[in-house]
Amino acid sequence: MGSQARLEKHKESKNSHRSIALKILVPVKRVVDYNVKVRVKADGSGVDLANVKMSMNPFDEIAVEEAVRLKEAGVATEVVAVSCGVAQCQETLRTAMAIGADRGILVETDAELQPLAVAKLLKALCDKEQPTVVICGKQAIDDDANQTGQMLAALMGWPQATFASKVALADGKATVTREIDGGLETLEMNLPAVVTTDLRLNEPRYATLPNIMKAKKKPLETVKPADLSIDVAPRLATIKVSEPAKRSAGVIVADVAQLVEKLKNEAKVI
Amino acid sequence: MSILVIAEHDNKSLKGATLNTVAAAAKIGGEVHLLVAGSGCGDAAAQAAKVAGVGKVLQADAPHYDAQLAENIAALIVANAGGYSHILAPASTGGKNVMPRVAALLDVAQISDIISVESADTFVRPIYAGNALATVKSADAVKVITVRTTGFDPVAAEGGNAAIESLAAGPDLALSKLLGRELTKSERPELGAAGIIVSGGRGLGSSENYHKLLEPLADKLGAALGASRAAVDAGYVPNDYQVGQTGKIVAPQVYFAIGISGAIQHLAGMKDSKIIVAINKDPEAPIFQVADYGLVGDLFQLVPELTSAM
Ligand SMILES: Cc1cc2nc3c(=O)[nH]c(=O)nc-3n(C[C@H](O)[C@H](O)[C@H](O)COP(=O)(O)OP(=O)(O)OC[C@H]3O[C@@H](n4cnc5c(N)ncnc54)[C@H](O)[C@@H]3O)c2cc1C
Ligand SMILES: Nc1ncnc2c1ncn2[C@@H]1O[C@H](COP(=O)(O)O)[C@@H](O)[C@H]1O
Repeated sequence: MGSQARLEKHKESKNSHRSIALKILVPVKRVVDYNVKVRVKADGSGVDLANVKMSMNPFDEIAVEEAVRLKEAGVATEVVAVSCGVAQCQETLRTAMAIGADRGILVETDAELQPLAVAKLLKALCDKEQPTVVICGKQAIDDDANQTGQMLAALMGWPQATFASKVALADGKATVTREIDGGLETLEMNLPAVVTTDLRLNEPRYATLPNIMKAKKKPLETVKPADLSIDVAPRLATIKVSEPAKRSAGVIVADVAQLVEKLKNEAKVI
Repeated sequence: MSILVIAEHDNKSLKGATLNTVAAAAKIGGEVHLLVAGSGCGDAAAQAAKVAGVGKVLQADAPHYDAQLAENIAALIVANAGGYSHILAPASTGGKNVMPRVAALLDVAQISDIISVESADTFVRPIYAGNALATVKSADAVKVITVRTTGFDPVAAEGGNAAIESLAAGPDLALSKLLGRELTKSERPELGAAGIIVSGGRGLGSSENYHKLLEPLADKLGAALGASRAAVDAGYVPNDYQVGQTGKIVAPQVYFAIGISGAIQHLAGMKDSKIIVAINKDPEAPIFQVADYGLVGDLFQLVPELTSAM
């Protein structure tokens, strides 16, 4: 895009901003890549993260993709990615911007962040940025907590739609289909609201090289928890991390007859 | 010390997961109260009163609790949280939806998916798709917890005789409303409660094959049907069949993994099954590393054979 075109585009977005601004905030977490099988440290203090590949939490990729699609569809006007954590979370924000987020905010800290602390940081940013929708992942695949979005919604006094497999925004309302234990349910809610993504919401695009390059030039702001006056001290102390019981290696049976025999006489389960 | 357990129910009857959650509460120790919030939920409350070890049932009955909307239910729980040291719910999609909201409103951490109680403030929970177990200690005044049902044997559904106390309903916050539900109808046992599960993956190739091959086997075994994410994504079966890190966590007596490779995210949901049987044509498939009995070969031939041998 030439600079003139960029200027036009900027004006355009400014204009639409005035009429129907719809900002989406997308929290993205830097986590161990989902293909990595982590190892527990021998001293039980945690899992070994040295030289392990880190990526954006898969559910957050889906969240970014959804926000960017809403922008491409002309529903949203701006997509802001937020990450809380160490300086390297910048890479995660750049990935979000390569998918199509307009800018990034890093809440930088080396402290251990638990979901309540992240929710409070996000609340402070929501107070400042005034998004119409926050789209979180449903769960971070490291802590498997599945809490942050719901906590943020509570702190903001907003409605929530967790485990979303379909999202539509129109007329100041969100209509969201959710994956629940018995099947699906559809909720309608007032905006602003928090949505958390499930796997089947969309299939995130691969960032193209030109978009990766473009993302490097997008604005990335850094703040500290103290700038937001948030106490991020953990509420839970991890006493130890241990390896789950290993299953003892089984046997390969020769045929169906042997399998049935074993299930009946050895395992005695059928 | 009293513990509040949030009952899972459909107004008419109590869901089994409630019994596992009461079991976790009993391990913590103290008087256990069950909250039944719903609309026309008298039958569920009556069942709750019979659950072994329950000291009191609190029934909150109002139209705006019918859909179990997180905003209204969380506000109700918080309004009645006084005097409780612990608030527990099953780690179902219902509990996961509501409990973090409760915790944030109380300004405390939530402890997700506990599988064991070490003491009143220390719990074990899986992290990294179950590849590690964290023992965590909470310093908060109230512990808000979701319970992984496979970690606790259910208490008896009968035998108790608790009083039912009616709770004043809170206001309808009217932040959201339910437009509709599409629930999977099945005569089969629920995945979470089934003794035997027959689960299929991408190896089945199509929805038609999934049903044609696995249903007769499940019928013979009285089993529930499950699936890998790939099978759900490909549309073989609805989303609530998914077993795994981000689907259902199950631990039946026997789990049949058919045409499932055994990705860590799938194993996270079923590796605590008592017996695992794997049928896969690839002898190198990771599922065989956790299977008690592995059968290498073409499932299109082996599954019908197995069905007729049962
Ligand atoms: C964030 C995240 C969360 C996830 N959560 C889950 C989850 O909760 N649950 C889940 O299951 N997955 C989950 N996944 C996906 C997971 O990583 C795997 O992609 C998925 O489990 C693969 O499903 P599958 O085993 O059916 O398919 P595949 O891996 O494609 O395996 C198919 C198997 O079928 C075998 N096969 C093919 N034809 C035959 C035949 N004729 N006879 C016998 N065997 C045959 C093949 O040898 C192969 O092993 C998640 C992934 C991510 C990134
Ligand atoms: N440190 C973080 N930075 C940004 N977003 C986060 C962070 N932690 C959690 N989130 C968001 O909250 C979701 C759920 O995380 P959790 O509650 O930890 O399972 C993630 O998918 C992210 O969208």
